[in-house]
Amino acid sequence: MRKLIGGLVLIMLLAACKSNTVKVLPIYGNRNAETKTVNGQQVTDTVYQKVPAFKFVNQYGDSVGSKNLQNDIYVADFFFTSCPSICPGMQRNMLNVYNAFKDTSDVKIISFTIDPKHDTPAVLKKYADKLGVSGNSWWFLNGDRDAVYGLATKSYLVGVTQDSTAAGGYVHQGYFVLIDKQQRIRGSYDGTDPKQVDQLIADIKTLKAEPISK
Amino acid sequence: MKIKIIAGICLLTFFAMIYSCQSDASIEYSRYYSAGAVVYQSHCQNCHGDKGQGLNGLIPPLTDTVLLKGYNNKLACQLKNGLSGKITVGGKDFEGTMPTSGLSPIEMAQVITYVTNSFGNKEGIFTDDQVQNALNNCSK
Repeated sequence: MRKLIGGLVLIMLLAACKSNTVKVLPIYGNRNAETKTVNGQQVTDTVYQKVPAFKFVNQYGDSVGSKNLQNDIYVADFFFTSCPSICPGMQRNMLNVYNAFKDTSDVKIISFTIDPKHDTPAVLKKYADKLGVSGNSWWFLNGDRDAVYGLATKSYLVGVTQDSTAAGGYVHQGYFVLIDKQQRIRGSYDGTDPKQVDQLIADIKTLKAEPISK
Repeated sequence: MKIKIIAGICLLTFFAMIYSCQSDASIEYSRYYSAGAVVYQSHCQNCHGDKGQGLNGLIPPLTDTVLLKGYNNKLACQLKNGLSGKITVGGKDFEGTMPTSGLSPIEMAQVITYVTNSFGNKEGIFTDDQVQNALNNCSK
């Protein structure tokens, strides 16, 4: 009997340990300490870098943006449809993310084109069809060039430049950036590496399980 | 008796010669094939995939063994000039653009040997000379 109780206590202790080690993803980007007066008291809080509001056009010709993503976790990447270099491999890997979460309403994928002149919504629709993407869980967005480049480099921290000497005319990094429901960066993964993309899929599940704190 | 022995030795030499020839050819094939695998990884795999599977409706696969039968000369020209316009592979239509490869003729020979002997294809070696010959006769 005593042994049994001892064993039970041990199991309970172990279980307690486990529940304390819930994995939480780090928060990336710049942060500031902000002091506010709440109810007459000085309160200092950390303010994390957030993706600012944006509004572009998706492959269906609908005007969509950050407002439509307020209650979503999403993965962002930058590409162009005529890209001869890293994009096909990236989109092959992104398809794994798409297939894992296409029936999950609060997980989305946002692919921004960095060649908006060529990649009109009609071109993006055709591209999505050929890739086998339908529905609203993966949007291909066309927006003002400077706005998209600004978002990429300042908000998603992905390098993007136009370069006529590069194959296809653009240089861009192949990162997949994980954004939480508070528009904060929670992860960045090499979209050309299937192993890192598997990690991204695992991290999205971790992020989904995280309690919301505003 | 003596004649039999001599005949036997001759026969043996003959077979040995054939055998060594074959192994020379197969060494040459292996050399092309393994070099071609490296060329494939750095120039082709990103689009056409590690198993030659292509990418859904965007990029054609390299697994259409019927199409690739006797297609080597065309492959050489497509590597040299790139490819655009409609093409039917494995019963599906594709209409993207393949950029020029920038490969040297020997690299083309290697990668064609690799591709046409992988992913279910079995076309044998395609040599440097055959590539040169094909390139001289491209329709463009």
